[in-house]
Amino acid sequence: MGATIGLSTLRRRLNPGILPGFGLSLGFTLLYLGLIVLLPLAALAIKASGLGLSGLWAIATDPRVVASLKLSFGIALIAAGINAVFGVIVAWVLVRYDFPLKRVVDAAVDLPFALPTAVAGISLATLYAPKGWLGQITGLAGIKIAYTPIGIGIALVFIGLPFVVRTVQPVLADLEQEIEEAAATLGASRFTTITRVVLPPLIPAILTGFALAFARAVGEYGSVIFIAGNTPFVSEIAPLLIVIKLEGYDYAGATGIALVMLAISFLMLLVINLLQALGRRRFDRG
Amino acid sequence: MADDALIPDLHLPEPRRLPPPRSPAAPTVVSEGPLARAAIMTVAFLFLALFLVLPLITIFAEAFSKGVGAFFNTFSDSDALAAVKTTFLVTAIAVPANIVFGIAAAWAVTKFQFPLKSVLLTLIDLPFSVSPVVAGLVYIILFGAQSSLGPWLAAHGIQIIFALPGMVLVTIFVSVPFVARELIPLMQEQGTAEEEAALTLGASGFTIFRRVTLPNIKWGLLYGVLLCNARAMGEFGAVSVVSGKIRGETATMPLQIDIYYNEYASVAAFSIAVLLALSALLTLAIKAVLEWRFANELAAGRRH
Repeated sequence: MGATIGLSTLRRRLNPGILPGFGLSLGFTLLYLGLIVLLPLAALAIKASGLGLSGLWAIATDPRVVASLKLSFGIALIAAGINAVFGVIVAWVLVRYDFPLKRVVDAAVDLPFALPTAVAGISLATLYAPKGWLGQITGLAGIKIAYTPIGIGIALVFIGLPFVVRTVQPVLADLEQEIEEAAATLGASRFTTITRVVLPPLIPAILTGFALAFARAVGEYGSVIFIAGNTPFVSEIAPLLIVIKLEGYDYAGATGIALVMLAISFLMLLVINLLQALGRRRFDRG
Repeated sequence: MADDALIPDLHLPEPRRLPPPRSPAAPTVVSEGPLARAAIMTVAFLFLALFLVLPLITIFAEAFSKGVGAFFNTFSDSDALAAVKTTFLVTAIAVPANIVFGIAAAWAVTKFQFPLKSVLLTLIDLPFSVSPVVAGLVYIILFGAQSSLGPWLAAHGIQIIFALPGMVLVTIFVSVPFVARELIPLMQEQGTAEEEAALTLGASGFTIFRRVTLPNIKWGLLYGVLLCNARAMGEFGAVSVVSGKIRGETATMPLQIDIYYNEYASVAAFSIAVLLALSALLTLAIKAVLEWRFANELAAGRRH
């Protein structure tokens, strides 16, 4: 009874709207998120606070941990950069050019979202292994890809591929070609028009796609471990080190690495939201 | 024609001839030269061939490298069959749970005004920015033998970690946002006018949802369920951490691929991979059809 009165008072004070189901839908949403997402994350925070700052610092500065974090973040950055460049080119081709089977190619871009990471992992590892189709070719040039950091980069480019394409594509499609005609009539070459007129409004979308691909790549595990080689200090990514610590029942060590990764991921989420807000403001002003 | 005589001769000027429709191939000021165009397309297609087509072909080539018999032989192994069953079981619990959540969250966020809504939206997206391995880790810390809940769970004979409940929970965690993320922008666009009209006509909340909202969002809902299902079926990192990888018991299809691959049973690993790849291709095909046929009934960002 008391709860009912409390809810109706709350409802009147909030004035959420006239439709039914406010308490039920919001209550269920909060309960579900609380149990599934927040409670486990809180358990991690409590576990981490038990380690103390000095304990966390000792884990975060362990040379093997530092090496794995550097590797994860460094290669994720490079892979997201490669995806930013090629993602814009692919989006350009999909929006501006006509070619046979365009719809199939467009749909295929999402393959890395739909294909399980373990499947991608064993496929890429086989493809780039010294005896694989592509590994044989690069082997002729003396380049080893599988079981090296380059292999990690290949896997991270694969899983990040759709992000930049999908963030840039709708923005590019909405650009009015009149501004390009105006640039051309003012004497700009096609190259100048693209770099000075078309690319600038795409930059927020490119950055958003880059940040999403980067965030995904940093935490990626399934597609990487098969091709990485997993040699400590050379090709051992941070998520793998968490798994290794867990298998050795070193929960404190695993928690420490996870906390560092989470902190950086939250920072990325903040940056993404900021970029999207900036992009919207730019769009509104235009 | 006979009627021609009835039309007065007004000496209409010749209609101005419209310029021919601009063909995409024709060079204009807003297009690149044929050479530049060919170069850009070559770069794009080479990139896609290298990163999408070749890995996909590899899966099928490896699975059938020892013949069709070897492929089918994989599925006479009881571990492979158990993995298929486990995957369907985990997905069959996790996906409906996230459908109910997605609908409830979208209803709350789009039909009502309340403070801190943007915080709630960020929370819904949170699992996307958490590494799958970390998702598994947080559940081990919460429910594992060493946790404060651990002894209580053990005393009551409840096993969550290294068992099915843990695998279902982490699968729900990693696929929480998919349905909600499709429905929220879609229902935001549609507003509340139709539901309010139904309300004034005396419809109950459930009737409003079933007869007014659901028909409006059904394709967007299907789109979200499709993506949620793909992620739930294919999740590897999070499930691998909490499953313990007990053969025939807690191995899903992706985990069984890992087990076979590490035993150098390459054909068996790729045979299961073929099933998952076919399911991924089916997902992409349905998704593409939804984007073309029902573009107006998906959120704006999904229209091509």
